Amino acid sequence: MSLKRACAIAGVAESRLGVVPDSTVLSLQAEALVAALADAGLEKSDVDGLLVSGAWGRLPGLQIAEYLGIQPSYADSTMVGGASFEFHLGHAAAAIQAGLCKVAVILYGSTQRSRADKYIFQIRSDLGYQYEAPYGLPTPVGAYALAAARHFAQYGTTSEQLADLAVSTRQWATLNPKAYRREPLTRDEVLTSGPIATPLNKLDCCLFTDGGGAVVVVSPDIAWTLDNPPVWLLGQGESVSHAQISEMRDLTVTPAAASGKRAFEMAGVTHSDLDVVEIYDSFTITVLLTLESLGFCPAGAGGSFIADGRTGPGGEFPLNTNGGGLSYCHPGQYGIFLIIEAVRQLRGECDARQVNDAALALISGTGGVLSSNSTCILGVE
Amino acid sequence: MTDEDLPDPDSEPYWQGAAAGELRYRRCRDCDAAIFYPRSLCTECGAPDPDWATSAGIGTVYACSRVHRAPPAFRDQAPYTVLLVDLDEGFRMMSRLAEGDTDAISIGDRVRVVFNIGPVGRPTPYFTPV
Repeated sequence: MSLKRACAIAGVAESRLGVVPDSTVLSLQAEALVAALADAGLEKSDVDGLLVSGAWGRLPGLQIAEYLGIQPSYADSTMVGGASFEFHLGHAAAAIQAGLCKVAVILYGSTQRSRADKYIFQIRSDLGYQYEAPYGLPTPVGAYALAAARHFAQYGTTSEQLADLAVSTRQWATLNPKAYRREPLTRDEVLTSGPIATPLNKLDCCLFTDGGGAVVVVSPDIAWTLDNPPVWLLGQGESVSHAQISEMRDLTVTPAAASGKRAFEMAGVTHSDLDVVEIYDSFTITVLLTLESLGFCPAGAGGSFIADGRTGPGGEFPLNTNGGGLSYCHPGQYGIFLIIEAVRQLRGECDARQVNDAALALISGTGGVLSSNSTCILGVE
Repeated sequence: MTDEDLPDPDSEPYWQGAAAGELRYRRCRDCDAAIFYPRSLCTECGAPDPDWATSAGIGTVYACSRVHRAPPAFRDQAPYTVLLVDLDEGFRMMSRLAEGDTDAISIGDRVRVVFNIGPVGRPTPYFTPV
């Protein structure tokens, strides 16, 4: 059974991003929903599927449905960290294919910056965490630092190579009016931004912002009736491997290896067919490991793959074209913004940062501490 | 870090071991896999109720990171070095370099366990270079 062309994305939108003190975690999601439905040309009353994720409140899946006044016939509160939305996209496709709903909305919002929402990485010391908690590893950054240290030792990857990725990503952000950090950035500024947990420096780490997003997913018969060109889900795979970094078997291979393989097989495309790639950049190292795990380059070659501006504007491998979690926004769980940017690129709506003739996109969300991954392949043909 | 719910039924022998200066893990009765953290089933084959075993406490650093920006409860100790250690018995655990911690440790170095008082006043395994 395949999800290929089981659904299309008909509408996408962000809420206001950055620092949004005059909002709540609920109102930001409502703001994104209204904008995404308008983009799709649909009404709230059309929505019969709701897929949400968050660590705020008591039962987010119930609270947001109540706030919006939606009683969905298909509900999914899969929470696997920042990748949850790529999981949701696959789940929405399966539900639509099974006839359980026809218009599903994937929603996210966070006011972590302005209102101190409950943070998804709240320190825990119970159950499995009791074996890590005594040692003071800052989460999530420390876990990613351990993976980076391992990759450096195993393959000779360098801080300069990671810094180059932060620089390329910032170059994309300078072209995106919605990006939080738009001033140019140099390799030296990344390298001297201060150690957080070696080998990661401050500017190897994502932003800490407010923000929300919404993605409207529809059945093929509805997609053809709307004004927007349908953006088809061509392939999706997902994988979960661990909750804590000490339980990750190989720190250089992420669950993207398994989920990416499934997504490519389902879509029936290969790496060289892709026009644009959006990969979760919680940290620079996340991107490097994901590129290798997805097979864009051999194991250990990620450092040279991302170096020297290859992934920036005008480079041969357009990556994280909105400026990413590193420079555009990162409200706790970033994955929904990967979908939004890929859809806009495929529709040709990205102005100064538009990738020419973008017809096939790959998005890959990573959650937790390299714990979960879902990879989706989207296309307009 | 609060201590109200610990140890729990899965972890009690582990923390009792630490109090006695022993690093305990579990080993599958069926497939002989070393299991850490301690669980009620084998993560490899699914067999229930693995045996408890005691490690010699010698291993190799699999990964390490010098933490400069520590979580609030650990801020006065920073910088310090967090480790992932592959014990010779075939399991991996997180720990930290012990007293006299410097950053003079590298991936691949050999280390041995020592038991110091941890952040909630309980004997806790740390590691020191062999």
